[in-house]
Amino acid sequence: MGDDDNKAARAASHSLSLDKLTKRYGQQTAIESVTMNVVRGKFVTLLGPSGSGKTTILMVVAGFITPSSGRILLDERDITQLAPEHRNFGMVFQGYALFPHMTVEENVWFPLRVRGISLVGAQKRVREILDLVQLGGLAGRLPGELSGGQQQRVALARALVFQPDLMLLDEPLSALDKRLRADLQWEISALHRRLGSTFINVTHDQEEALSMSDDIVILREGRVEQSGNPSTLYERPATRFVASFLGESNFIRGQVSNIESDRFRYTVQDRSFLQAGEAAPKEPDGSVLVALRPEKISLAAEPTNLTNSVEGRIADFKYFGSTFYLQVATKLLGRIMVKTPAASATFNPSIDAQVWLGWSPDASVVVKAS
Amino acid sequence: MGDGQKRFYYWAMAPAVLLVVVFFVLPLLQVLWLSVSEPTLGLQNYAALIDNPLLHRVWLNTIRVCALTTLIALTAGYPVAYAMAQVGEQHRTLMIFCIVLTFWLSVLIRAFAWVMILRTEGVLNSALLCLGLVDQPVRLVRNEIGVLIGMAHYMLPIAVLPMYSSMQAIPRTYVDAARGLGARAWQTFFWVYLPLSKPGIIAASVLVFIFSLGFFITPAILGGGRVVMIAEYIRVSFDETLRWGYATMLASTLLIALSLGLALVARTINVQKVFGA
Repeated sequence: MGDDDNKAARAASHSLSLDKLTKRYGQQTAIESVTMNVVRGKFVTLLGPSGSGKTTILMVVAGFITPSSGRILLDERDITQLAPEHRNFGMVFQGYALFPHMTVEENVWFPLRVRGISLVGAQKRVREILDLVQLGGLAGRLPGELSGGQQQRVALARALVFQPDLMLLDEPLSALDKRLRADLQWEISALHRRLGSTFINVTHDQEEALSMSDDIVILREGRVEQSGNPSTLYERPATRFVASFLGESNFIRGQVSNIESDRFRYTVQDRSFLQAGEAAPKEPDGSVLVALRPEKISLAAEPTNLTNSVEGRIADFKYFGSTFYLQVATKLLGRIMVKTPAASATFNPSIDAQVWLGWSPDASVVVKAS
Repeated sequence: MGDGQKRFYYWAMAPAVLLVVVFFVLPLLQVLWLSVSEPTLGLQNYAALIDNPLLHRVWLNTIRVCALTTLIALTAGYPVAYAMAQVGEQHRTLMIFCIVLTFWLSVLIRAFAWVMILRTEGVLNSALLCLGLVDQPVRLVRNEIGVLIGMAHYMLPIAVLPMYSSMQAIPRTYVDAARGLGARAWQTFFWVYLPLSKPGIIAASVLVFIFSLGFFITPAILGGGRVVMIAEYIRVSFDETLRWGYATMLASTLLIALSLGLALVARTINVQKVFGA
């Protein structure tokens, strides 16, 4: 597809709005007043632990679950009451749900077949899409004869072949091993760019969410916790939950002591730290919770001259080739996780060695405690 | 398990094995033997298979009635099995209970009950006449229709249960996937659900057909002597015409045909699964 095609495809893609969607099962609330906008042509990921309601939202969008209240709008059209078969969405199910009695070709033909297109008439389109997912040679195989990665590609091809208004992916990579997962992340991203259609992806894998998405919606106990583009969510988590679910974080609780215009000081016991930004959100008791990413901490064998510093001993460490991952026991702040690139490490870590940790005022961020 | 313990278990099985050998294997061998030795040694009894037109008719009758029974029982049973696979746990238990309930009634009672319902002065015909749907009573019993009704009724549970168990194994996501891809209800059913339930349909067909072959009380009562099937023919040859050589030949033929049929089917499906082993 050329650039012009790409633009045309994007123009033909759709936006989706969820308006105060709620689903209750008896006393249980699966999702509570979920409102979100999926911009046309974007790749949006719903991220959350199990039970956070992410799959429920996807199933409501797909039409398999009727919401207790709220509306779903495709562009300006209300589709809340529309049956799944009339929504024209492509869906990749968890475990793929390829029809075991049909060949790869017949599986991909299926959505065209139900739209009244014969196998002969669909041949060209089926071939094209199978080539697009690099399965051209396997058209005659049964799903049971394919590897997990190949099945995943067939599922993608089947969901894309009828040019759906929206692509829905339910944990599409969860059944694959790590290396294959990484490969397919690149491929799905490339497919999305090339087709320009709107994708909604559900996952509990934060790396997958970060690497593939234009936008991420983080869900917790059926509610939207925070949404935004990946770097905003990673750099500026609003809550402790987001900071610890998306990547890893150390948390420091201190008493706010000295507020200036664009920075403030907080103290832990008698030690004072400088933090850029506002002292908000502040907890009712006057304390703040600061999240500090392990890779933003510098590690030295001597005292550092960085604004914030704390000393400790290496309690444990792991070597991952590209990085060292250390647990540093500090008297002041307890255990602190530190990640440091192995290539630029100034010394070789050893257990019980004394180290100094340092970070700048804008390396950490104030988050809500709950 | 020690050797002594193992030996104990083998001995513990002995009475059962003995029972089977004395009362099943030996008589069976005797039947086979009689078929080639009565009245004189040789295959003359089996010659009837080729040159006896009456026997041909009985066999054709049997196969036709069994095939139609299978067709009716499966067609009627499929929706029941489908419903069972879709409803919740409580309804399912109730449905299984209702289906198994008919097993507790003796074949004889059921056959006579059907006669009562279907005969010309029976409930069904009275109702049809009262409603003015027919001018004269419809002959529903003492003919092949009666036999088919009675047999299909008996076979219904045997058709439903294997189909239900195969449908239960069809993951819900296939149906969802089909709908999600735009398939209407009938397309989802005929292109996805029905093909996926094929193992159950085959299993049910095999079971119903085989069970049907051995039927003689139901055809005898509901057929009123007009529909003679192989099992009834064997009984008559033993009991009434007293041609034991001929009767044992018929029995042996049935046994061999069944074994061959099963062996053929076993090449395409897992027969052990069909019989729940």
